Amino acid sequence: MNSRIAHIASNTFREAVRDRVLYNLIVFALLMSAAAVVVGQISIDIERLVVINLGLTAVSLFGMVIAIFIGIGLVSKEIEKRTLYTVLSRPVRRWEFIVGKFFGLAGTLAVNTFFMAIGVFVALLYVSHRFQKQDGWVLVALYFIILQFLIITALTLFFSSFSSPLLSAVFAFSLFVIGSFAEDLRGFASMTQGTTRWLATGAAYLVPNFSALNIITSVAHSQPVSGQLVLYNSAYALVYTAMAICGAVLVFERRNLK
Amino acid sequence: MAAIEILGLEKTYSIGFWRKRPKHALRPLDLKVEEGEIFGFLGPNGAGKTTTLKLLMGLIFPTAGSARILGMAVDDPRMKAQIGFLPEQPYFYDYLTARELLEYYGQLSGVEAKQRWSRVNEVLQRVGLPDVGGVQLRKFSKGMLQRVGIAQAILHDPKVVFFDEPMSGLDPMGRREVRDLMAQLKVEGKTVFFSTHILSDAEALCDRVGIIHQGELRGVGAVADLTSSVHGKVEVVWQGTTVPPSLRALGAECHVTRDTVRAMLSEANQDAAIEALRRERLRLVSVTPVRTSLEDYYLQKLQPANATVGVGAKA
Repeated sequence: MNSRIAHIASNTFREAVRDRVLYNLIVFALLMSAAAVVVGQISIDIERLVVINLGLTAVSLFGMVIAIFIGIGLVSKEIEKRTLYTVLSRPVRRWEFIVGKFFGLAGTLAVNTFFMAIGVFVALLYVSHRFQKQDGWVLVALYFIILQFLIITALTLFFSSFSSPLLSAVFAFSLFVIGSFAEDLRGFASMTQGTTRWLATGAAYLVPNFSALNIITSVAHSQPVSGQLVLYNSAYALVYTAMAICGAVLVFERRNLK
Repeated sequence: MAAIEILGLEKTYSIGFWRKRPKHALRPLDLKVEEGEIFGFLGPNGAGKTTTLKLLMGLIFPTAGSARILGMAVDDPRMKAQIGFLPEQPYFYDYLTARELLEYYGQLSGVEAKQRWSRVNEVLQRVGLPDVGGVQLRKFSKGMLQRVGIAQAILHDPKVVFFDEPMSGLDPMGRREVRDLMAQLKVEGKTVFFSTHILSDAEALCDRVGIIHQGELRGVGAVADLTSSVHGKVEVVWQGTTVPPSLRALGAECHVTRDTVRAMLSEANQDAAIEALRRERLRLVSVTPVRTSLEDYYLQKLQPANATVGVGAKA
């Protein structure tokens, strides 16, 4: 990675840490502890299923909230506070700034997810007393969650490169919700005719397919994940992320920083 | 080679919601600043100074025209490694300490890791903040932030330094220190381009100034030329409180203050006035030609084109 991108990414990570973003881990730890204890008392034989479902859903939601609420300020806050002026007046290209910001937030989310994953596994160990072979699939589910974070971070950066933080948050959150039902949208498209079919199909393929990246329920039921799905999902997420970042760069390259 | 060369640089914004109309933030600007010069860009608030600086920094894009710094285009990273910029009322990442911020900017400017530590120490010392490198910027006063801003602008030893209102937020002592620092930069061979509306700073520091108003460059000139133009009047000062009638007859405007009298009269009547004082046995203190101040020139250039005031300065 180009050194300027690495420096911008590292500063973005440092900002998140100093702004106490990682404090969410405390809430998460409390949630997982409470869940493990309560589930252990009220569930019979489904403790593992409940802990995986609850834990991974919490990892996903906490991360999404962080990705959206930090992502919307990544560019706009720098413009509003004019901190960008002293960065872009240096030998830093605008695309380097955007890419550096992306990696900084992606890194923050990866570290956050790593610690949350430890929390999930500790809770799992608490309720099951030992790890099972199929618990390995939880790691794949976590990997897919990180892929979702990459997509939503890139999309939030894209929106924040041209709109206000509030609108960026609305756009990103809407896409997250719609994307979570992308498979249903594709199903709906296949049932329609004519122009509606074209429009619905276009929309279905335009929104990020978060439902394909959500394997929490199947992992909780100990269903295996195929290597092909891992490969397709990885390629899909990386291409989608790259396209969203390219969009953000294209907009930002032309933007007047008033 | 000129340090800064601006050719027809222009910036127009569209304003209004339904019916867009153009707002000229900067009308076609042609300007050349030579290497090693301190150039003051003067004008009232909203004149177009910051717009010009933003265009030069590549923060906004021109509607027309172009600019070159050190012979390179304004978006050339090689050029940006050789310039420093202090924005107006700078704001920095307040979760960082002053040292961390300067380290970060040093990294972005390509200052080698081996030199960074010593460069940061050096500039902190130079801006009068040697003991607060480890303090988070959110605890800094406005004046201290301004000093950090100056430090980051000169951190990487740039050839050309751009300051947007560098004295803003500083107390008189701080202003004096920044003036000295800018003078020192010139001694080091750097080119300094700074915007201000504080004329005394410009008069004390600049080799040349440009006056901008309503987005239009109204005049450029060497400070020495602008302030040496004689009005054709002299000020005669003598001890006492008596004003000889013969002096009044020469058309002198006299002001008596305690035990001295100051009279302003035409240069042609200077010898007659001295003779009149000698006749009355009054003690002559001084005879000084009246010079145009930078303020006179500035105010003249701010007038609408059809309402010029008769000041003997040339543009």
